[in-house]
Amino acid sequence: MSDEHVYLSLAEGHDDSDARWAFGTGFEDPLHGVDTAVPEGVDAAELAAHCLALGDDALVAAQRLAEWCTRAPELEEEVALANIGLDLLGQARLLYSRAGQVDGTGRDEDAYAYLRDPADFRNVRLAELPCGDFAFSMARLLVTSSWRLAVFERLARTAQDPVLAAIAAKGVNELTYHRQYAAEWTVRLGDGTEESHRRMRAGLEQTAPYLEELFTAAATCGADPAGVRHEVTAALRQVTEAAGLPAVEAEPLPGHGREGDRTEHLAPLLAELQGIARAHPGAVW
Amino acid sequence: MSTTGDSTTRAEWPLYEVFVRGKRGLNHVHVGSLHAADDRMALTHARDLYTRRNEGVSIWVVRSEHITASTRDEKDPFFSPSADKVYRHPTFYDIPEDVPHI
Repeated sequence: MSDEHVYLSLAEGHDDSDARWAFGTGFEDPLHGVDTAVPEGVDAAELAAHCLALGDDALVAAQRLAEWCTRAPELEEEVALANIGLDLLGQARLLYSRAGQVDGTGRDEDAYAYLRDPADFRNVRLAELPCGDFAFSMARLLVTSSWRLAVFERLARTAQDPVLAAIAAKGVNELTYHRQYAAEWTVRLGDGTEESHRRMRAGLEQTAPYLEELFTAAATCGADPAGVRHEVTAALRQVTEAAGLPAVEAEPLPGHGREGDRTEHLAPLLAELQGIARAHPGAVW
Repeated sequence: MSTTGDSTTRAEWPLYEVFVRGKRGLNHVHVGSLHAADDRMALTHARDLYTRRNEGVSIWVVRSEHITASTRDEKDPFFSPSADKVYRHPTFYDIPEDVPHI
């Protein structure tokens, strides 16, 4: 270890360093080198739909988290939120790539992210709601990361497609941290001042009508819905009790994001996300 | 934050110093500082700010105000006396090649 640049020397020379630069520039195919054959007995169209839906959840959530850049309450939180968003973007890239391999169209990840209209997206609607205040963003992150973690844990064990199972297994550690980060903030704000408690409570209440959609969406991406419901409910209860907040409950909203029902907020989000890519088709940098 | 009765509001979160131990590193090294409201938050911030590129396997954080540092005025009495004590260096031994970290 060199004395002059200790921090730099920490980053170099690990034996198991192959996982470090998963994505940089010049990587056309995130699944490069992976056996991409669809196993026998797996319905390709169904698998593609699962990958697409989970990819849409991640892409839309990542875009909302990126909106905190330059606006977060502290520099440290800004980096944390961007990190979490980039984790999700990485998951979306892998899932879109898998979808393109199995749905027969051969589309690449960019085609799914940039060249589909709002009506074609299948994300859960909670992901597309505007950022709101910091408390709402934490409430949403707590709910969505708890749910996604429960789904990914199951897919990692039970998905018949080994590529989807591997993508899920990779995401489990990321999502575990996302949930922990959001849970710590939920407790900190819920158990904080009168104002922070009020905002945290309002944030969680705003997520409540979308909870049922998450539970039923678990079935549409191949994870045992009863198990997911049980695990997520228990995780949320544990956090809200520690935070001195009421349980997250409300009448479910009609309609379903997985069936193409959208809120008014997705179209403007995609307009910003897709604007450059559509104005300059095929552009690289 | 949950301490009630503390009426003074800090203008900003207190400063923490961050120490990271790399996979190959033998000890924690100072990598920088950050602001956080409490120890736990300092640890998660350190994870997010200083281990993004897989630098570490262990993190220490400590409030900057808890570090006592030597001052510039003490530089000579503190450090110059060791300059000419050659016998304090293990130069009179042959160190076997397979003994690392010396």
